[in-house]
Amino acid sequence: MKTIIVVGNGMVGYKFCEKLAAREESKNFKIIVFGEEPRAAYDRVHLSEFFGNRDAKSLELAPASWYTENNIELVVNERVTDIHRKTKTITTGSDKEYSYDYLVLATGSSPFVPPINGVEKEGVFVYRTIEDLEAMLDYAEKIKAKKSDGRAAILGGGLLGLEAGKAVMDMGLEPHVVEFAPKLMPRQLDSRSSNVLQLTLENIGINIHLGKATNRILGNGAITGMDFGEDDSLEVDMLVISAGIRPRDELGKTCNLAMGVRGGIVVNDRMQTSDPNIFAIGEVALYNQMIYGLVAPGYEMAEVAVNQIMESLEVVMSAEIDMSTKLKLIGVDVASFGVPYMPADKGLSIIYENKTKGLYKRINVSLDGKTLLGGIMVGDAEDYSILHQMYLNNLPLPDNAEELIVGSRGEGGSAFGSAMDLPDTAVICSCEAVTKGAVCCSVIDDGNETVKEVAKATKATTGCGGCKPMVADLVKESLKTLGKTVKESICEHFDHSRQELYDIVKLKGVQDYDQLLDEVGKGDGCEVCKPLAASIFASIYNETANRQETIQDSNDRYLANIQRNGTYSVVPRVAGGEISPKQLMAMGRIAKKYDLYTKITGGQRIDMFGAKLHELPLIWEELIAEGFETGQAYGKSLRTVKSCVGSTWCRYGMDESVSFAIEIENRYKGIRSPHKFKGGVSGCIRECAEARSKDFGFIAVEGGWNVYVGGNGGATPRHAELLAEKVDKETAIKYVDRFMMFYIKTAPPLTRTSAWLEKLEGGITYLKNVVINDSLGIVEELDAGMQNFVNTYKCEWKEAVETPEIRERYTHFINSEETDDNIEFVSLREQKMPKEWA
Amino acid sequence: MIANLSTYESVKTDSVKVWFKAGPASKFPKNGGACIKYKDKQIAVFNFTRQATWYACQNLCPHKMEMVLSRGMIGEENMQPKVACPLHKNTFSLKTGENLNGTLDAIATYPIKVEDGFVFVGFSE
Ligand SMILES: Cc1cc2nc3c(=O)[nH]c(=O)nc-3n(C[C@H](O)[C@H](O)[C@H](O)COP(=O)(O)OP(=O)(O)OC[C@H]3O[C@@H](n4cnc5c(N)ncnc54)[C@H](O)[C@@H]3O)c2cc1C
Ligand code: SF4
Ligand code: SF4
Ligand code: FES
Repeated sequence: MKTIIVVGNGMVGYKFCEKLAAREESKNFKIIVFGEEPRAAYDRVHLSEFFGNRDAKSLELAPASWYTENNIELVVNERVTDIHRKTKTITTGSDKEYSYDYLVLATGSSPFVPPINGVEKEGVFVYRTIEDLEAMLDYAEKIKAKKSDGRAAILGGGLLGLEAGKAVMDMGLEPHVVEFAPKLMPRQLDSRSSNVLQLTLENIGINIHLGKATNRILGNGAITGMDFGEDDSLEVDMLVISAGIRPRDELGKTCNLAMGVRGGIVVNDRMQTSDPNIFAIGEVALYNQMIYGLVAPGYEMAEVAVNQIMESLEVVMSAEIDMSTKLKLIGVDVASFGVPYMPADKGLSIIYENKTKGLYKRINVSLDGKTLLGGIMVGDAEDYSILHQMYLNNLPLPDNAEELIVGSRGEGGSAFGSAMDLPDTAVICSCEAVTKGAVCCSVIDDGNETVKEVAKATKATTGCGGCKPMVADLVKESLKTLGKTVKESICEHFDHSRQELYDIVKLKGVQDYDQLLDEVGKGDGCEVCKPLAASIFASIYNETANRQETIQDSNDRYLANIQRNGTYSVVPRVAGGEISPKQLMAMGRIAKKYDLYTKITGGQRIDMFGAKLHELPLIWEELIAEGFETGQAYGKSLRTVKSCVGSTWCRYGMDESVSFAIEIENRYKGIRSPHKFKGGVSGCIRECAEARSKDFGFIAVEGGWNVYVGGNGGATPRHAELLAEKVDKETAIKYVDRFMMFYIKTAPPLTRTSAWLEKLEGGITYLKNVVINDSLGIVEELDAGMQNFVNTYKCEWKEAVETPEIRERYTHFINSEETDDNIEFVSLREQKMPKEWA
Repeated sequence: MIANLSTYESVKTDSVKVWFKAGPASKFPKNGGACIKYKDKQIAVFNFTRQATWYACQNLCPHKMEMVLSRGMIGEENMQPKVACPLHKNTFSLKTGENLNGTLDAIATYPIKVEDGFVFVGFSE
């Protein structure tokens, strides 16, 4: 029986054992592992978690019993001190000798401590092992016992240094990161992204000092400060050195294996050192003249070494090693992949920067614009996994590569397909080398249904965790192919999605909220399900908000928008933005009478602010007498249809946009939907009405109207997509009728048409099929639904002022004629505004 | 007059000195609230019809000091009756007054009873 000796029981040494144990042939070997640390291998990548829970057990990669069960003899607390290549033996710290057939060196690395005068002082630490952390924690406690404003510095602003910065901050010390280079994470970031990251870190309280060379550690016995020369220094009570790593290659040196000039044991692509019976893997191995300080390459090396020893000689190390990384700091997204930055003649860079939001995104594209070479993300690394995959798998880029970084996933213009488009061989979790195929299989064939279960079965996400969002997507999509969905229940009172409730109300003819709760819900409801049910009742029965007033959102309940100080605004409908001088004067008179602040809204109408609750019916009574009706600015319903003057006045106009806008606004007024919706009509392609930023828009062109849907301004702007081209007005209206009805029926709560369309499987093509080609066979139903809305419209404010019981709701006190004396106004440019909040 | 949080302190049933007749029960919307005035206090009264219970609390939202809670929506979370402020949807327990979704000050709650079709709120002064 041959013997394999593994020196080093760190992350890579353990992975070697794990992969070895998984092989049938391993039974034919005797395996002995030596570890210098006092415990079995643990997860160094998540070492910082130890600060939070001080639980070494939870970091353990496998319990001691695992080694026994797999016939692996584990000797901890024992250093290997010598290798005798001639006799194929090793000696250990306790002077024992063992012979080997294969020797695997997985001794890792140790932190590099620069030769600075005074580094030996008390209070100076490195950050590598659980013992290091325990010592740091104890020292921090001592500092805190002495003073409340203790400070800790980190020497080195790389990936690890920043993690250490956050760790000392969580220990209650004021963190200072001191970096020699003029930027943070010098290997991964360009200077602009470093600036953005610096601002973000400073905002969360981590102080950054760049371009500082530390000359001396100050203090008598224990550290008190760092000296940067030229009278520049920083007072600190503790220092953590995180200035890079040095491979622990001393064993290689003493037995004369080939070594790199700056250290590291040289290996070939089979992980063999210059002695074919000795392998080196992990951070001690110098491959392609590089040391790789990340787990993923180390794991790959372990895999190769196992295969080589088991004589699967064809498995060799990849020629190129992926060094992409994502920082795992809570609250700060930083990631880089491929070539993060490069000179301009090597490729094109597209950069998006927003300092106020702390966002920086850069992608580098080949000169021909076809391939993604690398990139940097600071502030929002949500798309890291998918971009990283595009890079690794050489996937084709969209025509406009900038779409990859502007507009994030799920909201505005997402330019990449779904994770399901990746090839099955794409490695999703690079730490554990789990492919897309393996994740999907684990769901589809093995019946795992959650990310947690998949993680357990495949190990995906258990390394650095950077692939979690993508694994979650894959799980969800794979479940879908099985016809299962991730349950979208709306709140604790209903185990249903909005669409399910919609169907239940419709099929069972449920009449009110209480009945709905009794029949399919539980408990007594809340502010999430009540307004949602209200919206469904409105969509199905076209009932106004007056009937079940206490399940309405508070704006709907009082048919007015509540404002900062508890007063309300009043917005009459001004269809298409067309208003006569007579109407203008009437509004002016009423606003003056009730001392209301007036302003033109973004939707081409007039908003009157500052009405007290009890004044609302009085104001509306007068407005209605002047021929106005509710503008429903308070509802999840049609707001306005914005128009340009069109061919009536404009010299470019191709058709009458105002008339169309008025017609369509009057058609859709009063309809309640999952969210508010807006329209626009432009008289020509100059698009003065910005119809393409609306939920639906019409633009007059030669030969008819172009119909657009799913646009949005607001927080996540999105251009509407073309639904039909050059159609006549009746057809245009018919298509939008169906689009709206389909949306009302199927959208989740509080989702604008833009977000809904974004998520709609098949997107605009599918939508065209439904509303134009009737692929679902439902257009008749949709048309009838819309016609019912149009036929049953009534102005709910008219209903309110004419019905005494409803009118009674508009009193501040039930038991007093007095009004609310808590409301205070101050004057503003000849009008009034609510007093500032304190 | 600008509201002052210190005007409102929870009252326990056994320290009630005054049962103030707030109005006929029929005036209060089903499963909703309305506001009443007692001396210089504004009190939100909720007719939680579904649970066949009534609740009373200060009308003042401690978030931005606006007199709005009576116009909020009521509901229940893990069996705890609550009201959501109409301005920013902060939620408060109607039983204990505690802010359920954050760390705002608790609101004051008052004993309440209905007799002969009239609603009475209990005050200690
Ligand atoms: C705080 C921290 C955060 C990190 N975060 C990430 C991250 O997010 N992503 C990432 O990819 N990487 C990260 N890393 C790096 C990652 O931990 C290393 O790449 C990985 O641990 C390397 O594994 P290894 O087995 O080569 O070395 P190690 O894990 O260091 O294991 C080597 C082991 O060998 C032992 N040993 C050495 N010499 C001898 C001897 N002569 N005899 C017996 N035993 C010996 C050592 O004591 C040690 O236990 C992080 C590292 C740290 C410290
Ligand atoms: S969109 Fe065309 S028709 Fe309308 S105002 Fe602008 S230029 Fe004139
Ligand atoms: S943009 Fe913000 S502040 Fe302005 S009206 Fe809208 S919600 Fe209010
Ligand atoms: S004022 Fe009540 S939640 Fe803001």
